[in-house]
Amino acid sequence: MPDDILSVEGLCAWFGEHQALKSIDLNVASHSVTALIGPSGCGKSTFVRCLNRLHEEVPGASASGKVLLQGKNIYDANVDPVLIRRKVGMVFQKPNPFPALSVFDNVVAGLKLAGIRRKSVLKEVAEKSLRQAALWEEVKDKLDKAGTSLSGGQQQRLCIARALAVEPPILLMDEPTSALDPISTAKIEELVVQLKKDITIIMVTHNMQQAARISDRTAFFLLGELIEFGDTSSLFTVPKEKKTEQYITGKFG
Amino acid sequence: MIQRSIDIGISELKAKIIGMAGYLEEAVKDSTLAWRNRSREMIDRVNQIEERVNREHVEVDAACLKLLATQQPLATDLRFILSVVKINTDIERMADQAVNIARNTEYYLKHPAFSDLNDLVSMSDRVRLSVRQAIDSFLNEDVQLARAVMEADDKVDELKDKVFHDVLAHMKKTPEDIEQGLNVILIARNLERIGDHATNIAEDVIFTVSGKDIRHTQMRKKGTEIDEK
Repeated sequence: MPDDILSVEGLCAWFGEHQALKSIDLNVASHSVTALIGPSGCGKSTFVRCLNRLHEEVPGASASGKVLLQGKNIYDANVDPVLIRRKVGMVFQKPNPFPALSVFDNVVAGLKLAGIRRKSVLKEVAEKSLRQAALWEEVKDKLDKAGTSLSGGQQQRLCIARALAVEPPILLMDEPTSALDPISTAKIEELVVQLKKDITIIMVTHNMQQAARISDRTAFFLLGELIEFGDTSSLFTVPKEKKTEQYITGKFG
Repeated sequence: MIQRSIDIGISELKAKIIGMAGYLEEAVKDSTLAWRNRSREMIDRVNQIEERVNREHVEVDAACLKLLATQQPLATDLRFILSVVKINTDIERMADQAVNIARNTEYYLKHPAFSDLNDLVSMSDRVRLSVRQAIDSFLNEDVQLARAVMEADDKVDELKDKVFHDVLAHMKKTPEDIEQGLNVILIARNLERIGDHATNIAEDVIFTVSGKDIRHTQMRKKGTEIDEK
């Protein structure tokens, strides 16, 4: 069994007075894919945004509890959130390449922000990241074109390449395929499975079949609580909790 | 509660299985009456019924395939449809066994009746009850009844062994009865196979309801608790 790269202990999150997460405990194994499922407003996106301290950027938002990344609590007072976001990358629902930047500059934007300027290094990392994101063959001849000139599916893989360029051990994906067509979705799913050998992935999805196809473990959230967390194959065939059963079979509502 | 479109498909599947099971029970009953009452009419009926079961078999598989493709079922729904696929095959095979019994009976009827068929009669009564109970346990998601079907299979096997033993002994003593004796053995063998298929259905019921696959495990043993969820 691989070691846990991430341990969440008693994580609570608020938007002002409203408690969005209620004492979540959850461990994530290295080199695994974890899917987070649950109805809209259940707290799954808030949960992933707590894992790289993005949640606190929302005015009035707060969090408590521990998120141990490789054994170190990312909420300790002396931790710089910017450094955490470099270690815990994120890809969002809608592809969001920097509109003014070329494909190449999009990929290396994080490196440049970190002060890396050597062209040979940037080129090497750009190619490696684009290959990892299964995009290299499609864009190698148009690296100087605007990132936004690519198709939706390509833009999303560009965003994945951009996230991978800074070599984060964990990649968070918040509904990364919900805006994509089935072929682009299949490419991203294939990519997720391949990336697992290099990094750990935590993915929010509304698509139960997607969670079943690509994740090793699945967590079901409801009204800010973690209802069930277990092996994906068991959770989708023989869920332990009645609420999970009701949700995944569409009996909820 | 949301009315799900898959519920309509599941209800239709249940209705189809009820229909098929009705034909099957007729086929098993008629195949039994054929040798019990020495009735050629019953033999013809079994063959006609089997054709209907075959048609339903294809339709149920198509309905399951459609539900799997269009509804992408999970959890209980997935287990239910998977079990229907298997139960559908069990019912079709049981109807085939009824036809085999009818065929055995055709040969059996060419000779005078065998004097003592009490164990075979008991066996056929037990098997018919198991078929009924297996289908009822599926329709009512009744794990206890499914367990009863599994436990009754031991009795069926016992009776089959007794029939085999007694008929063999009779054939040794009376070689001129070998042909009808052989057909009595084959009837017992086919009845036993029907019992085995009823047991398969019972195992599928337990899988559907509890999510536990008890085939080839210690959980099949009498008295083992099954969590019904």
